[in-house]
Amino acid sequence: MKVTINAEKCQGHGRCFSIAPNLFDCDDLGNGFVIGDGTLSADTIEVARLCQANCPEHAIDIEE
Amino acid sequence: MSTSEKPPVLDFATDWDHTDPQWVSDPYPIWEDLRQRCPVAHTERYGGGWFPATHELVSQVANDTENFTSRMPIVVNGRLGDDAPPAPIGVVPPISSDPPFHHIARRLILPAFAPKPINALEPQIRALCEKLLDDMEGMDVVNAGHGFAQFIPPAVISHMLGFPEEDGDQFREFVHIVLEGIDEMDQEKREIAFQPVADYFEKQINDHVENPRDDLTSYLLNVEIFEGQKLSVEHVFGTMLLILIAGIDTTWSAITSSIWHLATHPADLARLVNEPELMPVAVEEFLRFYAPVTMARLVKEDFDFNGCPMKKDDWLLLGFPAANRDPEVFDRADEFIIDRAENRHLAFGLGIHRCAGSNLARLELRVAIETFIKRFPTFTLDDPSVVTWSQGQVRGARNLPIRVR
Repeated sequence: MKVTINAEKCQGHGRCFSIAPNLFDCDDLGNGFVIGDGTLSADTIEVARLCQANCPEHAIDIEE
Repeated sequence: MSTSEKPPVLDFATDWDHTDPQWVSDPYPIWEDLRQRCPVAHTERYGGGWFPATHELVSQVANDTENFTSRMPIVVNGRLGDDAPPAPIGVVPPISSDPPFHHIARRLILPAFAPKPINALEPQIRALCEKLLDDMEGMDVVNAGHGFAQFIPPAVISHMLGFPEEDGDQFREFVHIVLEGIDEMDQEKREIAFQPVADYFEKQINDHVENPRDDLTSYLLNVEIFEGQKLSVEHVFGTMLLILIAGIDTTWSAITSSIWHLATHPADLARLVNEPELMPVAVEEFLRFYAPVTMARLVKEDFDFNGCPMKKDDWLLLGFPAANRDPEVFDRADEFIIDRAENRHLAFGLGIHRCAGSNLARLELRVAIETFIKRFPTFTLDDPSVVTWSQGQVRGARNLPIRVR
């Protein structure tokens, strides 16, 4: 499973990297990006889903 | 303009007024009623305008820069027509800008408000809050509005802009002038009132031109909008004014509303004191439940919006706080749930105009609440009848006497 951020949709609300700084970081404009290749483990899938549920722009996708 | 001159609202669906006393004191039942009946309310006041009350329709408007322009984000009296500040830049870029210029103006300021530079301000904000709380030493009743929250954002903004610390009292006076002046519907009177602020900004800009330093004013003066081309002085001035307008009573309103909530909900206060790890989710719930900011758009050309015949130059009041109470999106939307895990709120707006200062606002809100409840682990409203709420497009408690012992 992989998590991705749609850069077209992201507006830099910062919810993802605040909730899960191990999965997401931000660039110098404050827009989020995925750390590494976004592969999720059993330990990280739940928090990734939580980030997805908190993104106001619906910019986070999780590929099953 | 005083609201007493206006006829009272009999039906908010056909005659809404965001300065009506009922809307100012408790807008939430009005919005719930509108969601069920309309969901887009209309008014002939202010020259004519619309108010969508659902999360879905607020989102549609926020993302629709084809049919709506941001060139006047605050509702004033009358149809502006050609008197509206010109698109696409507007007078306070980028909040008043439309694409494609908006993107350029916004990119310039975002780095200054990104998490890394903003988080570096935390020790300073904490020290400021502690100092304000120290000044309350020995008091039984403290004012969380006039004695606490109102000092925090002006000090931070003044520091970021690089204004001399000794000008603090003067700067707070300017903040007062500007925030009072926003509600002044007469443009000429507004400009006269703003003159001392304009003069001070000009003085600061000139000083920064001569003595550049590491602050936001120097940054704005030196940043290149296009290769080899700096911002016009008008643009720098407008963005400084925007930062002052958008960065101050918004955040202090979020702080006072949050403290008001804790003062009136002892179980939430106790939980936050005993479980400080809840603070990040609690901050998001404060932002959802008491979202302070409502924006405005103007309709660009006649068009049909979900069955509403919108006309060119109609106002559209963009109620993010109403969207945040929509039960279609939020489970138990009308309940404050301090550990709400899923919270896709729109307190900072949506789309290209997402509040550029959201990282700073969150930081100030969190540190203000943390320091306040650490100093005063139990408190209540001293006298609910004297609490006042601001009128207009920024909502928060103003006079907020809190009994701390």
